Amino acid sequence: MKPDLTCEFLSLRLRNPMVLASGILGTSADLLERVARAGAGAVTAKSCGPTPRAGHPNPVAVDWEHGLINAIGLTNPGAEEEARMLAEARARLAPLGVPLIASIFAGTVKEFGDVARIIAAARPHCIEVNISCPNVADEFGTPFAASCESAAAVTEAVKRNVGDIPISVKLAPNVPSIGRIAAAAVEAGADAITAVNTMPGMLIDAEAGRPVLSNRMGGVSGPALKPIALRCVYEIARAVRVPIIGTGGITTGRDAAEMLMAGATAVGVGSAVWTRGVKAVGDIAAELAAFMAQEGYRTLAAMRGLAL
Amino acid sequence: MHQTFTVTDIRTENYRTKTFIFDKPLPGAQPGQYVMAWLPDVGEKPFSIAGADPLALMVVAVGPFSGALHRLNVGDRVWVRGPLGRGFALRGRHHLLVGGGYGVAPLLFLARTGLAAGHSVDVCIGARTAEDVLLAGAFEKEAVSDQRSALSPFIVVRVTTDDGSMGEKGLVTQAVEAAIAAHRPDCVYACGPVPMLTALARLCQEHGLPHQFSWEAHLRCGLGICGSCELDAQTRQAANLPAGWLVCKDGPVHGVEG
Repeated sequence: MKPDLTCEFLSLRLRNPMVLASGILGTSADLLERVARAGAGAVTAKSCGPTPRAGHPNPVAVDWEHGLINAIGLTNPGAEEEARMLAEARARLAPLGVPLIASIFAGTVKEFGDVARIIAAARPHCIEVNISCPNVADEFGTPFAASCESAAAVTEAVKRNVGDIPISVKLAPNVPSIGRIAAAAVEAGADAITAVNTMPGMLIDAEAGRPVLSNRMGGVSGPALKPIALRCVYEIARAVRVPIIGTGGITTGRDAAEMLMAGATAVGVGSAVWTRGVKAVGDIAAELAAFMAQEGYRTLAAMRGLAL
Repeated sequence: MHQTFTVTDIRTENYRTKTFIFDKPLPGAQPGQYVMAWLPDVGEKPFSIAGADPLALMVVAVGPFSGALHRLNVGDRVWVRGPLGRGFALRGRHHLLVGGGYGVAPLLFLARTGLAAGHSVDVCIGARTAEDVLLAGAFEKEAVSDQRSALSPFIVVRVTTDDGSMGEKGLVTQAVEAAIAAHRPDCVYACGPVPMLTALARLCQEHGLPHQFSWEAHLRCGLGICGSCELDAQTRQAANLPAGWLVCKDGPVHGVEG
C-alpha cells in the first residue's frame, strides 16, 4: 500500500511534512511559489524585522566539508513591504494547497509585537517567531532564545498581536536546556516550536589567518547540524505536547524519517537546497515515501516519536 | 570553500581593466561560469571566468574591491570559490558571440573552446568609445593563429562604438544583424548590459535563433539559497526568464531555443 504522507500540523493539512525553512529562498512570492511547485508541503518566508536591512557584506555564506556556514545578516525589506509580499505569496500558493508560514524577528519585545501585528494583516497560515538568529549579536545582543524569561516575553508579545493566527517559536540549539525554553514558550502561548536555528560557528582560513565570513561568526547548517537538531527535537518532544517543525541538516528522506522519529510533526529543509537544488523538498518527500514503503509505515503518525 | 591562487601575470587591457593570470587551473570550469574572489578584510565579489587553464579573471576597477584587486602584484594571492553557476553550452558548429562593454570578459574563453572543437566563431563587440573596447586584439589573434591550423575554423570580429571612434558607429545590434546576414549562426551567445541583452533577445526571436545570454545581478551567497540575485520582474519578462530564476545558480547563463 502506498504510504500516506499527509501531515496534520496545527489546523493545517500539508500534502507532505517537508517545510521550506526560513532564510532559504523565501524572499519573494515568485521564489516561494517555485519551492511550492517543487513539492514542498509548506513554505516559510525569510525573516523580516521592523525596518529594511541590507544584511552583511560578502562573504555571507560559504560551503565547507560538512555543510554551510552563513551570516547573511537578516536581509529584509521591512515589515510593511514584507506584508505586501506575503499577501501576494499567499494568493499564489492557495491554488497549490501549500500553506504559507511568515517569519519575524525584532530587537526588542515591543518591536516583536509591532512586527507581528503588521505581518498578521497579510494572513499567513502561521507566523514563525525567530528568536534565535545567531548572526546579529553585535546589534541585538544575546538572542531571546537564550533564556526562558525572554523567550516567554517575546512569545506573549507576539501572541497578543496576531489574533487567531498560530505561532511557532524558533529556538536556538546552543542553550543548556532547550526543553525548558520550549516549555516556557508554550506556557506563554506558542502553538508550535520550530527547532532548530543554525549553530553558531566560525571558519578561519588558514592561509589568510582571518575569519572567512565578514561577520566573523555565522550559523552552521547542513549535515553537521543534523545530530544537534535531532537531540534538540528529541528533548523538546519530551518536554512539550505542541507540534514541532524539526529542522537542521535534513538532506534525504531517511534524514526526514529520523527527524519524525525524534518527535517532529513536520520537517524543515534548508541547506539541502544548496546541495540538491530547489527540487530538494519534493525529492526528499519522495524518498521519505519510499523509505516508509520499504519499512512498512503507512502514515507519518506510525513513525512519529518512535525514538522517544 | 575558498582556494588560494597566486598571481603570476597581470595584463593591462585598458585604462581601467586588468586581466590577472593565476598559477594553476580551475578544474571543471566552463565558459560563462563565475567565481567568487575574496580578499580577506576587503570583501568578496563575483567575476566571470576569463580563462580556466590557468585561471584568468578580468577585473574592471569600479569600486573599492576591484580597486584593491588592481593593487595586487605578481606573487600576491587571491582566495577563490568556484566554479559557480551554469555557463554556456556550445550548440551547433557556428557561433556568434556578442559582448557589450565589459561583458566580453567570458567570451574569449568561449571562443577558444569553440575554435578548439573545430567550430567557426563570429564576434561582435560593442562599447562606448575606442578605449572601452576590450579584447578585440585578442580575438583577432585567435583568428590569425587558427587560419594556420589544419581544421581551418575561422573567426570574424566586428566592433561598434557609440561615437564611432573604433569600428562602426552605432549599437552592437547593427553588427549582429550584419553577422547574421553574412553567416547565420547556430546559436548566439551574449554577455553585457541588460538593455543590450533585451534588445538582442528580440532580435534573436525575430530571426528564430537559439540564444544563450549571461545575466548580471547582485550576487551574494553564490549557492542558490539567499535569494538576493532574483532579477526584477521587468527584466525577467523582457528576457523571457522563468519566475524565481536565480542568476547565481540557475544562471548566470540562460538558454532559449530558436
